[in-house]
Amino acid sequence: MSAILILRDKEYEVRPGMSLLDALKKSNIVPESVIAIRDGEMITEDEILKDGDKIKLVAVISGG
Amino acid sequence: MRQHRLALCKEHYLEWVPEQTERFIKKYEMFSRNEKILVAVSGGKDSLSLWDILVNLGYQADGLYLGLGIDGGIDYSHESQRLTEKFASERNLKLHVVDIEKEYGQSIPVLSMISHRGQGKPCAVCGLAKRHEMNRIARDLGYDVLATGHNLDDEAAVLFGNTLVWDSERLLRQGPVLPSAEGLARKVKPLCRFYEREMTAYAIASGIEYIYEECPFAEGSQSIYYKELLNQMETTRPGAKLTFYLRFLEARKSGELFIEKNVEAAHLHPCPKCGQPTSTDDLCSFCRMIEKAALVTG
Repeated sequence: MSAILILRDKEYEVRPGMSLLDALKKSNIVPESVIAIRDGEMITEDEILKDGDKIKLVAVISGG
Repeated sequence: MRQHRLALCKEHYLEWVPEQTERFIKKYEMFSRNEKILVAVSGGKDSLSLWDILVNLGYQADGLYLGLGIDGGIDYSHESQRLTEKFASERNLKLHVVDIEKEYGQSIPVLSMISHRGQGKPCAVCGLAKRHEMNRIARDLGYDVLATGHNLDDEAAVLFGNTLVWDSERLLRQGPVLPSAEGLARKVKPLCRFYEREMTAYAIASGIEYIYEECPFAEGSQSIYYKELLNQMETTRPGAKLTFYLRFLEARKSGELFIEKNVEAAHLHPCPKCGQPTSTDDLCSFCRMIEKAALVTG
């Protein structure tokens, strides 16, 4: 039983049943720095992750 | 959007962002519908979204793309130009493309190497060339105002950096509008109150195809480091970045930050070559760099 977060080709396995916000924190990803997409739709931080979810994380920081 | 205590569906979000942009344009008196706007577009999410919003709001907005000649193993400049041209042609918008190498004989990375500016990274030269060229082209082509896609995170990171060293001159210059002056076009930042995350969401929700890859030279940059620090703060204190920026603008406007004479201390002279204002008595930094490059390359 797991859900997967994918950020720039790197995968993070998390426990289903927790919120996206908690999953990001557990994976040491700063929530403010990404947008999460599930099945082509953006989801919010309070979304509860389900078993088998594959969440694509889009990095938002740009600049130099 | 925890900082606004607001949750919107996609349809209403795509209405909310342009409505707020219009509000900021009016609040900071950026420009009117009679004025001609030149939008500096890089192919990234912010500048393309800004162009999309301004056109949809009914403003006369053309685009300017600067070819910087950055490859970095990912064909960065070519890909960003391709996406910008695609965006413009799909919407039937006018885009000016200026290639730095064709204009001045060298790409940004080569200019950086020749001029020894920026401690081995071309970012300082890139910023200098972009500011110079955006101003030159806006004035040469008769635009009333130059608009850039700087978002709140960009502005907060600059503010944070300048505050760390108490750079009063730079702090007094920062704001949503830089008024026109002798040799300088008016510069505005209509997205300055939107979080970077909000602009990414807008670009994705509106189906704007933008360059996702970061500039290959941006890795490890100071501004990204500051953004990461501020984002950590934002996670535990939603609204921290917005408050930091807005309170600064309020304090600056009220004159509480610094004594006004500091502004007058920055004497500017026209560069004898290009005519743009410079703080030195001789050529401006940009023209000096180009002259040096010409000497080195013969």
